[in-house]
Formats: sequence, structure tokens, C-alpha cells
Amino acid sequence: MEIKHTALAGTLESSDIQFTLSKGDSGVEINLDSQVEKQFGKQIRKVITDLLAEYGIENVKVRAVDKGALDCTIKARLIAAIQRATDTKNQPNWEVLG
Amino acid sequence: MERLRRTMMFVPGNNPAMIKDAGIYGADSIMFDLEDSVSLTEKDTARMLVFEALQTVDYGKSELVVRINGLDTEMGKADIYAMVKAGVEVIRLPKTETADDVVETEKVIEEAEKFFGIEVGRTHMMAAIESAEGVLNAPAIAKASDRLIGIALGAEDYVTNMKTHRYPDGAELSFARNMILHGARAAGIAAFDTVYSDVDNTEGFNHEVEIIHELGFDGKSVINPRQIPLVNAIYAPSEKEIRNAKDVLNAIEEAHKKGSGVISLRGKMVDKPVVARAERTMALAKASHLVDEEGNIYAE
Repeated sequence: MEIKHTALAGTLESSDIQFTLSKGDSGVEINLDSQVEKQFGKQIRKVITDLLAEYGIENVKVRAVDKGALDCTIKARLIAAIQRATDTKNQPNWEVLG
Repeated sequence: MERLRRTMMFVPGNNPAMIKDAGIYGADSIMFDLEDSVSLTEKDTARMLVFEALQTVDYGKSELVVRINGLDTEMGKADIYAMVKAGVEVIRLPKTETADDVVETEKVIEEAEKFFGIEVGRTHMMAAIESAEGVLNAPAIAKASDRLIGIALGAEDYVTNMKTHRYPDGAELSFARNMILHGARAAGIAAFDTVYSDVDNTEGFNHEVEIIHELGFDGKSVINPRQIPLVNAIYAPSEKEIRNAKDVLNAIEEAHKKGSGVISLRGKMVDKPVVARAERTMALAKASHLVDEEGNIYAE
């Protein structure tokens, strides 16, 4: 799946995470800024890379600013950002979400 | 035993912090909102946030409800599919005007259940009535689907439609409340009252809860966790009511042992409706932690 344009989802409020996805040409590049990077940075990156792989997105620049989000919030915000970046926001991909 | 629904707490669907904590306040029902509390530009993000939370967060015994966007919007169908897939217990229709609104929504819910291989009929529904037309059609709306667990008054839109606004005595809602209550009772489903938005006005809130409790509503919609114990306190039965309910249930049990259906207790006839009231009193007493699981009053 291709990123069609830059898209943002999420906020900078407590317990949230904000993703900005943009076109990339050298694999998945993650730029993570998190208050809990030391303890959970590895886990957050894993949630991101696993989900991008499920969507078949191979080239993308990911900017993530985390404010202590739960894994389910990280997934939800990333899914929303992917849907926006691929113009499918009202057509969720049930094969992935199922 | 019928489920208690004294409080239905509204939680904005695009607020991760509130969604995360929604289960800790003891609301009988939690309603995640994808409709009016979510801006038009964030409908898609809220949908996915509630979708993921429903499958991850443990909300204990609370009944889980999601208010979707109407099928007349581009979001409605995707909202239904996502919530059915996430396994929500109840889908709440906003701004229900006619029985057809319920029927049309049920069709899409059934379509989604079949699409995902989920048992048809698992997803329940409730309808919010928020206009003059909806109020006049309340009895038909309440009987429009076997999936309906209740109907609710949404007063903010209703009073605007009626060219009035909220008053402390609630006279402007009297007709709507009674129509909705009668519609619900005739259909054998629950009736929920509207929200009270002046969160700091405890006196005004309590007054309104007393009114709807006397009328017979199952419970009230709340917009702040602080309102939950206030509703529960008013719905909690008195010790005298609990003792009387226990006597009724003991008497009917004795009567059943003797093979008799109708009995008298202290000179008053005890029949089916009296027993039903006693059972509800005991359920409320248990939920209010006034009695133990066996029905023994804690103070005894």
C-alpha cells in the first residue's frame, strides 16, 4: 500500500499520541518522541512497525509524538493516520482490522 | 433479572484519557460518543479510538454503548460496521424520528453481523429521541425492533425544536418524558432521561433526578462521573422499602412451597406486580451495597 500524501492523526494531549505520516523512499523510518521512551520506546516502535507491515506499507516516514498513550491508542491513531494518508478514512480495511 | 441502568455516562469518543478511565466510576452503562461531542474533522479518528478501546480496555460490569452518527451521514455505515466488529453491546441511534429509522439501522447492523460472521441479533440497539416528531412516534419507535433495550430523551435538541429552553422545574420536558416512558413501558424496554449539563449545580441535578425517579425512568444520562453517586443515592431504596421487599419475597416463596400463587401480607394482597417491584428493590439494594448477595441488610 502506498502513502498518497502527508497525513496527521491524534493530539498532543495526555494519554494520546500524534502521528504524522509522509511519503518515504527508504523503508520505514520512525522518528519517535516519547516521555516514556526509556521504558516503552521499543514496544511503541514494535506496535508501529507491526501495524505498518499488516497494511503492507513498506516506504513511509513516521513522526510520532507520544504523551503516554496505551497500545490501543497507539494502534487507533496510527490506523487513522494510515486511512487518511491513503484516502480510505470511511472504508476501513477489515482484512487488517479483523 | 432485568439489568439495572441507573446511570449512562457519556464519554467523548475522541478523548483517549477519558476513554481509558471510563470504567473506574461505577456507571451502570458507558456510552462512547461518536456523534455530537466529536468534531466533523475527527469522526474517523474517534471511530478507530473507540474500536480499539472496546477490544482492549476492561470496563468491568458496565454495559457498553456507542452513539453512532446517523445513517444520513457519510460516517454512519462505517461507524456501525466498526462497532459491530468491536463487539459493542448496544448501538445507540441519534435523533430518531420514526420507527423506520430503527428498522433501517437494524438492516445495516444485521448486514455487518453477517459480513463479520457474528451471530445475527447479538448487537442490541437503543434509540435517542430528540425532536417533536420523535416524541410523538415514541411508542412506535420503542416497538420497532426486538434488538431495542431502551429509548432515551435527548433534551438539548428537543427544547430547541420546541422553541423553548431548559427550566429548573422541567415543565418543558413533561410531555416528552411521559411519552418516552409510556412508549418504553408499553414495549417492555428501558427509559433513560436526558443529561443535566450544569455539572456544578448539585441541587438542581438532584431535583431533576428525583422527578425522573418518581416518574419511573430506569435512569439518567450523566456527563460527569461526579453525577453517578448522586443518581445512585436517589435510586437506592430505604431500609423500610428493603425490609418490605424481603417480607414480600419470603412470603411468596412460602406460598410457592404450599402451591399457592396469590397470598396476603399484613392484610395486603401480594401478586405478580408486587413481587416484581420487590425484586427490583432488592436489585437496587444490592447495587447500592445496602444488602449482601443473600439479601441481608448490612446494618443488621
